[in-house]
Amino acid sequence: MNAQNLNAPSAYFMAAVTETPESHTLSVLVDNEPGVLARVIGLFSGRGYNIDSLTVSETEHEKHLSRITIVTTGTPLVIEQIHHQLERLVPIHRVTNLTVEARGRNFEKPLERELALIKVAGVGEKRLEALRLADAFRATVIDATAEHFVFEITGRTNKVDQFISILKPLGLVEVSRSGVAALQRGAEGL
Amino acid sequence: MKREMTGAEMVLQALKDQGVEHVFGYPGGAVLPIYDEIIQQDAVRHVLVRHEQGAGHAAEGYARSTGKPGVVLVTSGPGATNMVTALADAMLDSIPMVCITGQVPTNLIGNDAFQECDTVGITRPCTKHNWLVRRVEDLPRILHEAFYVATTGRPGPVVIDIPKDVQFATGEYEGPRHVAHKSYRPRVKGDMDAIRRAVELLAHARRPVFYTGGGVINSGPAACQLLRELVELTGAPITSTLMGLGAFPASGKQWLGMLGMHGTYEANMAMHDCDVMINIGARFDDRITGRLDAFSPNSLKVHVDIDPSSINKTVTVDIPIVGDVAHVLEDMVRLWRTGSHQIDKAALDGWWSQIDGWRARNSLAYRPSEDIIMPQYAIQRLYEKTKGRETYVSTEVGQHQMWAAQFFGFEEPNHWLTSGGLGTMGYGLPAAIGAQVAHPEALCVDIAGDASILMNIQEMSTAVQFGLPVKVFILNNQYMGMVRQWQQLLHGNRLSHSYMESLPDFVKLAEAYGGHGIRVDKPADLDAALDEMIATPKPVIFDCRVANLTNCFPMIPSGKAHNEMLLPDEANDEAIANAISADGKALV
Repeated sequence: MNAQNLNAPSAYFMAAVTETPESHTLSVLVDNEPGVLARVIGLFSGRGYNIDSLTVSETEHEKHLSRITIVTTGTPLVIEQIHHQLERLVPIHRVTNLTVEARGRNFEKPLERELALIKVAGVGEKRLEALRLADAFRATVIDATAEHFVFEITGRTNKVDQFISILKPLGLVEVSRSGVAALQRGAEGL
Repeated sequence: MKREMTGAEMVLQALKDQGVEHVFGYPGGAVLPIYDEIIQQDAVRHVLVRHEQGAGHAAEGYARSTGKPGVVLVTSGPGATNMVTALADAMLDSIPMVCITGQVPTNLIGNDAFQECDTVGITRPCTKHNWLVRRVEDLPRILHEAFYVATTGRPGPVVIDIPKDVQFATGEYEGPRHVAHKSYRPRVKGDMDAIRRAVELLAHARRPVFYTGGGVINSGPAACQLLRELVELTGAPITSTLMGLGAFPASGKQWLGMLGMHGTYEANMAMHDCDVMINIGARFDDRITGRLDAFSPNSLKVHVDIDPSSINKTVTVDIPIVGDVAHVLEDMVRLWRTGSHQIDKAALDGWWSQIDGWRARNSLAYRPSEDIIMPQYAIQRLYEKTKGRETYVSTEVGQHQMWAAQFFGFEEPNHWLTSGGLGTMGYGLPAAIGAQVAHPEALCVDIAGDASILMNIQEMSTAVQFGLPVKVFILNNQYMGMVRQWQQLLHGNRLSHSYMESLPDFVKLAEAYGGHGIRVDKPADLDAALDEMIATPKPVIFDCRVANLTNCFPMIPSGKAHNEMLLPDEANDEAIANAISADGKALV
């Protein structure tokens, strides 16, 4: 909210937001048709919602269904809005708020994993340190020369964040991350 | 029954199968195959507009006045982009509209071809759904699906973008079939438990109010009938948004008038002081609620809406009911009757006497004049002169729109056509044309402002060509009146670019188009001129010269609540200057 604008004379009624935002993970089942991702992303940008992470891929080939996993931040009312606004899109089959479902089962969060590829360049002690850390984080080496490593790591977002930040002083070159994939715990599906 | 035909033929066949009688459109390179089919048949009549935006608003007027979807046909590129305003307008006001656009051939898409634009990309946020048809095999299914999506659930505009090669290609046509859509399933039946609780709540209310909106009208004539029944059964007062006018008769005893920024004092005070609010088919728009943290602070709220995303969007409610208004009202009326419910008589009498006190403030009062025509008076005379006739009223956007809403009494739904959500200047004339196409014998009047009318004045030519005797009634105050009013309220009366210098001679303009022009500037001449306008069997532009600096009151100034209205008898220059004080501005 632009605090200084709250005092400007206006034709609109503006109020400061007082509720605290929370992070939620939504699982969205959609028809895998052209433009469907643009509809989802356009909804978020058009209505001013946040996207912290987004992954999408076809998950049920014969039914042409894709699953979009979105991590978003908002007040409880905004999260409810996002849920309903998504359901309004015609090619969307189902929207599930995995965070709310997990809480209903007394878990803090649903199952969430992210994959990252991380390139580190360096020689000598720094290189050895990077390798030792990779071992501790259960990252694997998928490419290497005498001057570099590429690590693959899978885990919760904060684990990946932590690994990357530790590698920074050890010659971090670049990172590619998949974004969060998530599922609900237990036997049932969406 | 399957038949082999071209894509262009499929479009016309699908329109016929969907019961479409009129299409508003404008030809161009990428839709020529469809136009070639149009001229070879009589079942679907094409109305040629002068600008694609006009086609869009005409289709909206047609849809709003009939309950059927409005259909438009325009070409690619500029044809499609000129439709965007009308699509956004229909989106915000939930008007069913099917827009067919031509597109460059599929092999040229993405090549910056002549008159190419990314139509589905541009219209995605201002349509309920849109399709780019890449294969003629998909065309029949998409055409029928488009009508289904546009007209069911919360209605809205849809776009079907058809590349020119798909219009030429041949394939098998299939008629509309009743199959469940694979992902789109609007809910029409409300949750019975929630409805039961809502009826109980209403039965135990002491100060209830019905707050209704355009959703009642969209739900159909049955919904309006059921609403009237429920309101009468309960004895509770009723107010409505701009979009909902006509669902409940303005002559009804329980009618409080419109609510919101320029609503009546009694409607807004009742909303503020009620203990139970029943919102039916309205969406707590910011023009309605005023300051949100002071909106109806002591009431329990029921919200009936077919769109789940309308629930708890701006105002949190106690009993949400997702469903079609007519279905929910049917259940409510039945439960009310079978439960022999009755609101406490003494409480209701007390509530009504409080409301009568607010009514006595006469919040729509204005100072009449014998020398100049007051805009409110002009609307009142128009209303009196058209009473008893089948009259459809459209408006542009601004002060004249609010005065029309305040002073023209609507007895039936679907007779009031206005751009509520988007606030589109230039809406009224094409909308009146659309209504006139649907109702050739009725009187269709566009209540306009001198600024708004110039935004789509070219549609006079359409009206003349098709013998549509629409009446344009301009409240000419030589200002963008609402802009000027806001500049007076918020910007120290510095009238930046809100004065319409060098307006055209509207009488000559009418004549230039082949219509009839009338000008009046004396109150004494008004009635005879209105008679002349109504009796003229061709399009008329009526230049009604009104008091220039009249403000539209009552008004909820920015940052104020429903119980802090600025009333006309208090609105002297000083009060207007201080209406939004430094403190108030901080709250805006």
